[in-house]
Amino acid sequence: MNGLSLNEKVMLGTALLGGMAGVSGTFAVLRKRSLIGDMLAHTSLPGVCIAFMLIGSRNTLGLSLGALASGLVAIALMTLVIRWTRTKEDAAIGIMLSTFFGLGIVLLTNIQNDPAVGNKSGLDSYIFGEPGNMLTRDLVLLAIVAAVVISLVFALFKEFKLVAFDSDFALSQGWPITWLDYAMMACVACVTIIGLPIVGVILMAAMIILPAATARMWTNRLHTMVIIAGVLGVIAGVAGTQVGRNLPAGPVIVLMAASLFAVSLLFAPQRGILPRLWGEAQLRFRIAREHLLRSLYEINEPHLSISESVDAKPVRLETLREHRHWKPWLLSWLIDRAERNGLLYESDEAVTLTPLGVRKAAQVTRTHRMWELYMLEYAGVAASQADRAADNVEHMLPESLLMELEAKLKKQGRLPEGLEELPASPHPASLRQREGGPT
Amino acid sequence: MSALLLASDLWNADGLWIITIGALTNAACALVGCFLILRRMSMMGDALSHSVLAGLAVAFAFTQSYSIIPLFIGAVAAGLLTTFLTQTLHQYARVPSDASMGVVFTSMFAVGVVIIKMFVSDGVHFDAACVYEGALGYSPFFTREVFGWEIPLAALTVGPIAILNLVVIVALWKEWKLSSFDPALATTMGFSATLLHYLLMTLVALTTVASFEAVGSILVVAMLIVPAATAHQLTDRLGPMVLVSVVIAVLSAVFGYIFAVWEDTNYAAMMAVVAGGFYALSVVFSPRYGLLTTLWKNTQLSLRVVKEDLLAMLYRVEEIGTASPLTTTAAREAVGGGWLAYAGIWQLTRRGRISQANDALKLTEFGREAAKKLVRSHRLWETYLVEYLGLPLDHIHEPAHRVEHFIGDEIREKLEEKLDASQGDPHGRDIPE
Repeated sequence: MNGLSLNEKVMLGTALLGGMAGVSGTFAVLRKRSLIGDMLAHTSLPGVCIAFMLIGSRNTLGLSLGALASGLVAIALMTLVIRWTRTKEDAAIGIMLSTFFGLGIVLLTNIQNDPAVGNKSGLDSYIFGEPGNMLTRDLVLLAIVAAVVISLVFALFKEFKLVAFDSDFALSQGWPITWLDYAMMACVACVTIIGLPIVGVILMAAMIILPAATARMWTNRLHTMVIIAGVLGVIAGVAGTQVGRNLPAGPVIVLMAASLFAVSLLFAPQRGILPRLWGEAQLRFRIAREHLLRSLYEINEPHLSISESVDAKPVRLETLREHRHWKPWLLSWLIDRAERNGLLYESDEAVTLTPLGVRKAAQVTRTHRMWELYMLEYAGVAASQADRAADNVEHMLPESLLMELEAKLKKQGRLPEGLEELPASPHPASLRQREGGPT
Repeated sequence: MSALLLASDLWNADGLWIITIGALTNAACALVGCFLILRRMSMMGDALSHSVLAGLAVAFAFTQSYSIIPLFIGAVAAGLLTTFLTQTLHQYARVPSDASMGVVFTSMFAVGVVIIKMFVSDGVHFDAACVYEGALGYSPFFTREVFGWEIPLAALTVGPIAILNLVVIVALWKEWKLSSFDPALATTMGFSATLLHYLLMTLVALTTVASFEAVGSILVVAMLIVPAATAHQLTDRLGPMVLVSVVIAVLSAVFGYIFAVWEDTNYAAMMAVVAGGFYALSVVFSPRYGLLTTLWKNTQLSLRVVKEDLLAMLYRVEEIGTASPLTTTAAREAVGGGWLAYAGIWQLTRRGRISQANDALKLTEFGREAAKKLVRSHRLWETYLVEYLGLPLDHIHEPAHRVEHFIGDEIREKLEEKLDASQGDPHGRDIPE
């Protein structure tokens, strides 16, 4: 490993750090303990200083053990404070974080003011981070911690999963959730503390949260999330050291992770903003299209009868506008789309439903009326049902109820005609929706 | 570290200014901190104190000057942006609230650091260390003349902010109170809890920036959270809480300064440590919520239970009428042993409830009356459990044993009204008068 250049060492080191921060951060984020990284990073400072005073030199292992010790003391105190006082969790974290950090600064100032203390360069890096200081032995230490953390996660995967998602259930099943929690937090603690001299206090907190929160955007499965978070951490680490050569590496690494988060926020398939906006727009369009079809059907309804043809008469746009309020642009766009799908044709300020259109419109109207009736008669049940447009009633209501509703509609003379006259669908009922033309 | 140092180095003009600036800063922070604590948004203080760096950096990069107005505007904008993004991420992207806060403020901090490195030329006083630790020690040296007085710039920045906080809090006192404890009710009563939320965030951002130079970002967090949390340990009322938190903030400044001179170290950091010390003291000694009080109350309760168990046990022994009296050792073991049993027997003897003779315990007349009441409560409760709740016979002793200590006269009378005591208890024993 001595053959590596400094740049390669830094890259490898930050990649390792990013990877394990992503993996362990996954559990912190899921357990709603994202800020524990922030807290650990700050509370480790007194430990670093005390370890430095004891050892008298900057030795990553020694200082890290000191940091770990004071971080764990802070966590223990925080747990006690939450358990025994009326201070809430948020305030407890803040109190430990700021008081320990204050103590750390007091000790750090003392060390810096003391001319007797020898080589103190690098202590500051625990606050601001300095990846350029990476030594081969630091890299070895990083690799060891990464191996330990990842094998721990691997070994206790099932247990961690249970605790992260449903700790009450885990408790009722007799799992030692306190110890599992501690094991999880210990992973986060080790990673945070080993990363402190590389990216600094705040940015280490970011490395715990960002890749994990990003991964959460992409998946609902824990093992996928762990892997994605790890990979994102590695990418952020490598890219961060390579992009901004003359910028401080710590913040750049975090900005890389933040950009990955922003991209995911926009584009992730289920939780991303754009896909969700797209989905909402689609839904809105579908509802508007159904409104158009139903309006056309209802305007035509007096002219349609069982015995005669199902051909619809032209409907003037003016009539359509009187029948329902439309946004002008939406109406013309809807008509264009419907025309392209062969549901209707437009000729001088009027639209006419095609036979396919009549059938489709009748279907929409039938669904709507049955749902209306159902809401009226069985409202107690219906209130909790999903949006009407989310699914067709056929898929939501039992067959017998549908027949009952249909009979009622028929009695009221409101059962849309134009369905029976067409030849029966060659497909089973469940396929009818798809066969009705592109939606 | 000698008395000599105390006299000459501690109390000089610069020192007094440091104390004043520290006290003003801490008080300004504590005023808004109380509401952060009550709204369980303490970590928002942490988040804002870091993310305003981005606003400061942008403002500085644009103006390349220290003029205070753009810096404040940048910082407040960054603060509000943080709040807004945190909430939006949580609501619309379904990121857990703590993670969304972490994502936003750390990213903004990173942006701030990068902008400073990129656009702010070297040699300018924009030291990263100052962001964390502050430079309270140097603050008396940068002064400006106001009405013939040489006043440090830091005091001129943080003083008005402290006054602003005070004015806004006093002016909107009722609104703050209501929206902190019941935001939904506040909204229904016609003042927007959201608006107050953003107002609070603006104040926090302003305070953070004003305090930045003096005490640095983390120590702002200390001053925002710790004095308010200490006050919260000491009182239940909002008014006293705000007052106490300000007093503790000022005391932290004074003692922080003294200890810092003593130890020759960073003033602001020492103030944070002192505030932490005050918090620790409040945790242990708070009259109502302190650990000592809780311990004392719990011990008193345990002791009372042990004493009452002893009395009831002696009564039952008398009732059965065995030849051999209850020995002190057996009684001690029967109530769980330990020092509580010793203390219980000692207190009962001293108060004339029981007498000890030949290593045997006996009820006195006075003690028998007290024991009767207990046993009566116990057996009435057993009867009630059987008659009204239909519990089987072997399930009623334990609950009655636990509850007998807490049945007062009023409940006993109600039970007597409902039940026929002359029938005896479900086990067939008499219910004593």
